[in-house]
Amino acid sequence: MGEKKATWKELAEGDVLEGGSALKFKTGNWRTNKPVHIPERCIHCFLCWIACPDGAVRVNAETGKFVGFDYNYCKGCGICAYECPKDAIKMVNEQEENEK
Amino acid sequence: MKVAKTGNEAFAEAMRQINPDVVAAYPITPATEIVQLFSQFVADGLVKTEFVAVESEHSAMSACIGASAAGARAMTGTSSQGLALMWEMLYIAGGLRLPIVMAVVNRTLSSPINIHCDHSDTFGARDSGWIQIYSENVQETYDNLIQAVRIAEHPDVKLPVMVTTDGFILSHCLETLDILSDEEVQGFIGESPERPNLIKSLQENKPITIGALDLQDYYFEHKRQSAEGMFNAIKVIPEISKEFAERFGREYSFFEEYKLEDADAAVVVMGSTAGTAKEVVDKLREEGRKVGLLKLRVYRPFPAEMLGKALSGVRSIGVMDRADGMSAVSGPLYPEICGALYDVNGKKPVIQDYIYGLGGRDVPMEDIRFVFEELLRTAETGKKEYTLKYIGVRE
Repeated sequence: MGEKKATWKELAEGDVLEGGSALKFKTGNWRTNKPVHIPERCIHCFLCWIACPDGAVRVNAETGKFVGFDYNYCKGCGICAYECPKDAIKMVNEQEENEK
Repeated sequence: MKVAKTGNEAFAEAMRQINPDVVAAYPITPATEIVQLFSQFVADGLVKTEFVAVESEHSAMSACIGASAAGARAMTGTSSQGLALMWEMLYIAGGLRLPIVMAVVNRTLSSPINIHCDHSDTFGARDSGWIQIYSENVQETYDNLIQAVRIAEHPDVKLPVMVTTDGFILSHCLETLDILSDEEVQGFIGESPERPNLIKSLQENKPITIGALDLQDYYFEHKRQSAEGMFNAIKVIPEISKEFAERFGREYSFFEEYKLEDADAAVVVMGSTAGTAKEVVDKLREEGRKVGLLKLRVYRPFPAEMLGKALSGVRSIGVMDRADGMSAVSGPLYPEICGALYDVNGKKPVIQDYIYGLGGRDVPMEDIRFVFEELLRTAETGKKEYTLKYIGVRE
């Protein structure tokens, strides 16, 4: 059974929705390649965090350290790996990785 | 107060008196003066408007959409290629139910490049969810823009409105018109009615998403809402016109009937050519010939039922199309007039289409007289002779 969907009379006018609804839309399953962090090379410059178009790089502002990727939202675009000045992020094929 | 103004000056003056919150615009001939004059009003501190000088018409409409979505009263002005560059944003303004008001100076579209009048630019935008109001002269240009604010913002409508005037013929033509005082304009338009779904966000600091992805399961419902705004405009436009007439004495409707009641032959015409055609009607009437005219003012929403009633008694109708539909049939107005008459009971008029005045080609009275001669002949015989004739082109 599907959700009860609003009729055109019930729906908020002008395609106005609550803010932040993208959080509910987990786009991580669009991913083919996934970024993998190599801690010994990382200098915590946060360039990956700046470059990520999906806000899927997690950092700790207090410690100033890279924390990890949020694979719920990472689409595997590889921009972080491309921008990393220390080659501290590698892209791996997720399916092949899982089948190993 | 009687003053002399061009169409562009009348647009700019109305905008000054409307005093919108935001104007975002990019100049284009022959509409440049509208925002040039308006930006001077901003510089002189005569309006409270935030003027955004953008880098293209696409951005002009985008900025208006952003401003309107935040609850502001937003306006702009453009023409032809500028309108064409706004295209995708026009649909977004309509789809999001944003009551933006735009002054458009009708100019043809390239190619070949030409800066003069025809209606191909706004006719092309007819399905974008914008209300369209056309003007016969500078007075109407001014009055239509002021009424447009009320129509757009009406809670049952909430759709953007474009008001048009004919490029150069009106935009650059000095005419006397009666302008209202600033207080009268402000008294008529009032404060923008609250749009609760938007305003709440600002007041409660509650973020909202506008124009989110809307796939197979919701897009249709939102489009149906926009369509409802257009259906409602059929009711709202006469209400606003009535109030305008009560306050200021000038009456407007979806269309004007000129000596139409007992006419055997009539033309349906839009914009400045209506003025020329009225002269021809008068001359032919002096000769005892029963001709009339219907000037269509509101093209979207299309007042089909009323048009059907008004035209059903006429034996022969000539539709004057100042755009070519490139359909290998007719101009764009012709099939809609035919459609309006299809559901009328009884004997239907003969209807023929006349494409005229493309790229600013002059429309002399002889050309319109020629059309009436053709129509009077078909009124006599009751037989349609052709669907389309081009008027004023070198054969």
